[in-house]
Amino acid sequence: MCRTGHEPDPSDPDNGEASSAAFASLLEDSAEELYESAPCGYLSTLMDGTICKINATLLGWLGLERASVVGRLRFTDLLTVGGKLYHETHFAPLLRMQGRISGIALEVKQADGGRIPVLVSSVVKHGSSGEPLLIRTTVFDARDRRSYEEELLRARKAAERAREQAEADRARLQDALAVLQQSLLPADLPSVPGMEAAAHYRTASPDRLGGDFYDLFPSDGKSFAFFLGDVCGKGPEAAAVTSLTRYTLRAAAAHDPDPVAALTTLNQALHERYNGSDPRYCTVIFGTLEPDTASGKVTVRLASGGHPPALVLRADGTADFLPTPGGLLVGILPTASFATATTVLGAGDTLLLYTDGLTEARTGEDRSALYGDEALRALAASHAGESPQAVVEALAALLDGFGDGLDDDTALLALGVPAPAPTHQATS
Amino acid sequence: MDVKRRNNVTVTGNPLGRTVLLAHGFGCDQNMWRHTLPALVDDYRVVLFDYVGSGRSDLSAFSEDRYTSLDGYATDVVEICEALDLRDAVFVGHSVSAMIGVLAAGRVPSRIGALVMVAPSPCYIDEEGYRGGFSAEDIDELLTSLESNYLGWSATMAPVIMGNADRPELGEELKNSFCATDPDIARIFARTTFLSDSRQDLKGVGVPTLILECTQDVIAPREVGAFVHQAIAGSTLITLDATGHCPQLSAPEATNAAITDFLARLR
Repeated sequence: MCRTGHEPDPSDPDNGEASSAAFASLLEDSAEELYESAPCGYLSTLMDGTICKINATLLGWLGLERASVVGRLRFTDLLTVGGKLYHETHFAPLLRMQGRISGIALEVKQADGGRIPVLVSSVVKHGSSGEPLLIRTTVFDARDRRSYEEELLRARKAAERAREQAEADRARLQDALAVLQQSLLPADLPSVPGMEAAAHYRTASPDRLGGDFYDLFPSDGKSFAFFLGDVCGKGPEAAAVTSLTRYTLRAAAAHDPDPVAALTTLNQALHERYNGSDPRYCTVIFGTLEPDTASGKVTVRLASGGHPPALVLRADGTADFLPTPGGLLVGILPTASFATATTVLGAGDTLLLYTDGLTEARTGEDRSALYGDEALRALAASHAGESPQAVVEALAALLDGFGDGLDDDTALLALGVPAPAPTHQATS
Repeated sequence: MDVKRRNNVTVTGNPLGRTVLLAHGFGCDQNMWRHTLPALVDDYRVVLFDYVGSGRSDLSAFSEDRYTSLDGYATDVVEICEALDLRDAVFVGHSVSAMIGVLAAGRVPSRIGALVMVAPSPCYIDEEGYRGGFSAEDIDELLTSLESNYLGWSATMAPVIMGNADRPELGEELKNSFCATDPDIARIFARTTFLSDSRQDLKGVGVPTLILECTQDVIAPREVGAFVHQAIAGSTLITLDATGHCPQLSAPEATNAAITDFLARLR
């Protein structure tokens, strides 16, 4: 590009004449001509910003005469007010500190009131002893680029608004889900005369809708009923089944608190509702508590539909499963049989109900082993004789320890007869 | 909370000298004082810092709530004074920092014993009976300019900028880093600065005060310098033969002479 044209390329004789003409026309492009008519604006200012030289291109963009600019205006006079502020707070300090600055987006004002977005670069020319002499500045027309950038900025702002909206929607949805979830569980456990009760619930699903459920409620004048179960699946579909299950059992118990009768009613309701292409079922233990005010003992009668057996923690420090073999999943067949069991809780005994989220938690380094029934029984034994609250807290701590090994929802319900208070042992 | 780390506090100069606190304004960081420092280090203990959100401060300490008022920035100054247990220090504030210094001095009078206000303005927007030089629309234009210029800022560059204060070999990479600011933070600082009105606070200044203004300053025109001078009883106003808003960079000798002369008289 910088060849002079005096010596046309001898290896290319055919084009020699044409090249000569081209180079000759380049000769016409003197440095002065290049400066004045360059496709960018040039200006030079004193260190205080006073314009001492400016090219025709820039004057043309500004719509100003040379005589009204040179020696009369400062560079900042060409800028919009916002540009002036930016120049003073960023551009000028950086130019002073670095001696150069490039690609700064500003706007210049035109004589007719218009504005041109430009990209500005400046460099300080120093004298022989290093003192700053003047500032050389190039100005590029950035109209197209600026409109493109504005599009990008607009798009970014729109995306930002959409994100904020999405977050707000999400928060609202979570609140709504939390309300629904709360409708599936008792807000508080009622106080049962002569007994203590404690419960814990943990959902593994990100939308906080679980498929486990439990309840404890008065069934007639002196006895109470309870249930705890697990609907197959997770999330909203499971929650819908949970809702139907919970309120069916409550209604069934009001009609007839007998455990087998309640589960039979539930089986019919679930089977009738979910007998199509999307069968839904659950496992559940339903039971009644009959306190004997004379002895302080409580008779527990329960029935299980395919649910893991309850654990009984005795005051003597033992813990054993209360087997309920053979009970069928609830809701899967038109008619189902359920296994029943009975036990009596004395002072210091606790009945523990749980869902398989606990026993099927993945443990070990690689999360491949399951926690298991025996580990649960052994842990329960180590807490036998403690209050239901203490037992539930110990198991909640265990669940915490599982971390990401906990795949499924987990519900715990512990019902116990307080031990005769020895000394200062707060159990409530 | 480690205030010194949070505000990238640098302590230099003569440990036996009176403490001079150099506070940068909106836009860049403590590097704004690079030509001022040599004039002070022999006789004074000099404290430099970056406001939270600027320079190499801890960006995680930035909160929109705190820094939407100049009081939030003044709290930075107060906390630095307390962390270093400064007594009777001289606060040199550039631009909006001059007003931040006024607020801080009012809150910890025993710690700040004199003020140097470099190109101050207590109110940038014109009001009836007061000419600050700008309209609210002008400030919106500045915010647009901020959006169009990231000055080397990018989220991926931030850790480099923040973590390498002592590695000048990164110079080329860090081009413009003195003014590189998270755009969201810059926008908040700009709004806080240019929409502030501290005119009423000037009356409460009770310490020796030097006001430095420039002959040609778009941001703090001479009427504003006169207003500040008149509002602070006993203040000294010096008009530097300098253009622009940063005399410490454009006319360092004159600026340094005015500051050191003022400091010498305090003794």
